[in-house]
Amino acid sequence: MLALSGVDAGYGSFQALFDCTLEVRTGEAVAVIGPNGAGKTTLMRVISGLIPARSGTMTMQDLDLVATPPHDIIRLGIAHVPENRRLFPRMTVEDNLRMGAYIPMARARFGERLEFVYDLFPRMRERRNQLAGTLSGGEQQMCAIGRALMSGPKLLLLDEPSAGLAPVVVERIFELIRVIRERDLTVLIVEQNVQQVLQVVDRAYVLEAGSIRMSGSARELSDNEEVRRLYMGL
Amino acid sequence: MGRLDTGRILATLAVIMFACLAYVPTIVREGDIVFALTDVYLYETMINGLLLGGVLALLSLGLNLIFGVIDVVWICYAEVVMLGMYAIFYCHTVFGLPLIPSMMIGIALTAVLGYAIHYLVIRHLVNAQPINQLLATGGLLFFFQSAATLAFGIEFRNLGVSLGSFALTQDIYVSWARLAAFATAAICVLGLYLFLTRSYTGTAIRAISQDREIMTLMGVQQGRMYLMTSAIGGGLAGLAACLLVLQYDVHPFVGLSFGPIAFMICVLGGLGNMVGGFIAAFIFSELIALGGYHFDIEWGYVFAFVFFIVMMFIRPEGLLGKRS
Ligand SMILES: Nc1ncnc2c1ncn2[C@@H]1O[C@H](COP(=O)(O)OP(=O)(O)O)[C@@H](O)[C@H]1O
Ligand SMILES: [Mg+2]
Repeated sequence: MLALSGVDAGYGSFQALFDCTLEVRTGEAVAVIGPNGAGKTTLMRVISGLIPARSGTMTMQDLDLVATPPHDIIRLGIAHVPENRRLFPRMTVEDNLRMGAYIPMARARFGERLEFVYDLFPRMRERRNQLAGTLSGGEQQMCAIGRALMSGPKLLLLDEPSAGLAPVVVERIFELIRVIRERDLTVLIVEQNVQQVLQVVDRAYVLEAGSIRMSGSARELSDNEEVRRLYMGL
Repeated sequence: MGRLDTGRILATLAVIMFACLAYVPTIVREGDIVFALTDVYLYETMINGLLLGGVLALLSLGLNLIFGVIDVVWICYAEVVMLGMYAIFYCHTVFGLPLIPSMMIGIALTAVLGYAIHYLVIRHLVNAQPINQLLATGGLLFFFQSAATLAFGIEFRNLGVSLGSFALTQDIYVSWARLAAFATAAICVLGLYLFLTRSYTGTAIRAISQDREIMTLMGVQQGRMYLMTSAIGGGLAGLAACLLVLQYDVHPFVGLSFGPIAFMICVLGGLGNMVGGFIAAFIFSELIALGGYHFDIEWGYVFAFVFFIVMMFIRPEGLLGKRS
């Protein structure tokens, strides 16, 4: 579904990604793990067009992502749940969800998708008229995921959905990722909770200092000595 | 929570100030004891203040919208209003069109002008230093003033239309022009509110003012939203021009007489906060009207400016502004 090959990217004169090659197949869930500052967020931002790729190719279902303007990426079926949630804090939960369905093809199915999101997160239905900035961390994450689902995506990009949440809430977020997978969504997820994320994904890539160091099935990586030592503290 | 408390203190302060201006001097006027509650002229003044507030609110509305969404202050906003007033004047007086079509043309032209200002100037400065943005829109102010002087001359012009006034009670007279201005302003504020809260585009305009980058992920083209906002802002300036041209003369420097007030209202309300701007407009207009009633109209402005300066010390982020 998504294929990156030899992608370089950065900020000004600083290069954050070097020659990244990565693939996500239809129906898969794939994780990207790595230390802070490795370039995981940058990778997500390149895919959704927020920063340009300096070289390399990116395709989504054989359509060229590099040539697609940033605001049209969502039309190709890619929805990005950004790092730190980035809700519209002074708007209600429902208005946030409405913005997720901004593109015309999603607007037409707004009512139906809203029900879908509210069924997935009954909490959001209760809080529909509350300002998003006043939600708890876990609720904000649900709202952010719900907002991304409103566009009816094929591929969901999740950037550290469990960051800053209490352990119980983290459990629920991973639970949710399982539920989302059952709805035929393809998922690319960045996570610090390596142990937990490897239990919900099929494959993973290890990103270090902007380069992909390792990749393999979730099983292989959870058995890998180095991964266990560096990222799981075992 | 802290904000609510400060809000309440401010409301109390404002009420006390009004009470002082409206009540205390009244009882000693001309050596006689006149009770404010039975002073019809005071009521007339307050009604006129209220009506003026509607125009001021409309005037600051477009400025606030543009700042709230694009984060750029149009120093030249009042000059757009001035050009709108000229457009209406020429259509009506020189080309002989009826008043309403002239006004519609005026609004359309200022909307196009707003679009052009963004397309030609602001678009290139959206991520520039604020000082450079101010210099650019400040430059536009002088450009518009000089262009108007060249094109229209420095004579004071007016439509020569008088809508007259009507008696609200036996003693209180209200000018039709002011009432129309107030009603239009109120309808526009309401319309803009509904647009911003009920429509997709309006919600997107609010959202983009809270997080520019994320709206790109939602499939919104930032540049297009900004152009639309600028056109709406320009159209609102044109609308303000319609209301002002009924009451005041037009000349190339007329923007200077209400531009500063419009800015102070926006800042007092909390830049970009339309509800705050609305409240601030009425505080200002009542201060001006009541000061003018008890002393001189100049004193009214002095009170308004002093109030503004004091408030800037107490609450630099504005009445309803967010601290940053
Ligand atoms: N806006 C930015 N401008 C300049 N450098 C940045 C910016 N954002 C991130 N970086 C740098 O890029 C590198 C990768 O950052 P990031 O992708 O956020 O890492 P991660 O998400 O893996 O923690 C870091 O060295 C970081 O300092
Ligand atoms: Mg990150």
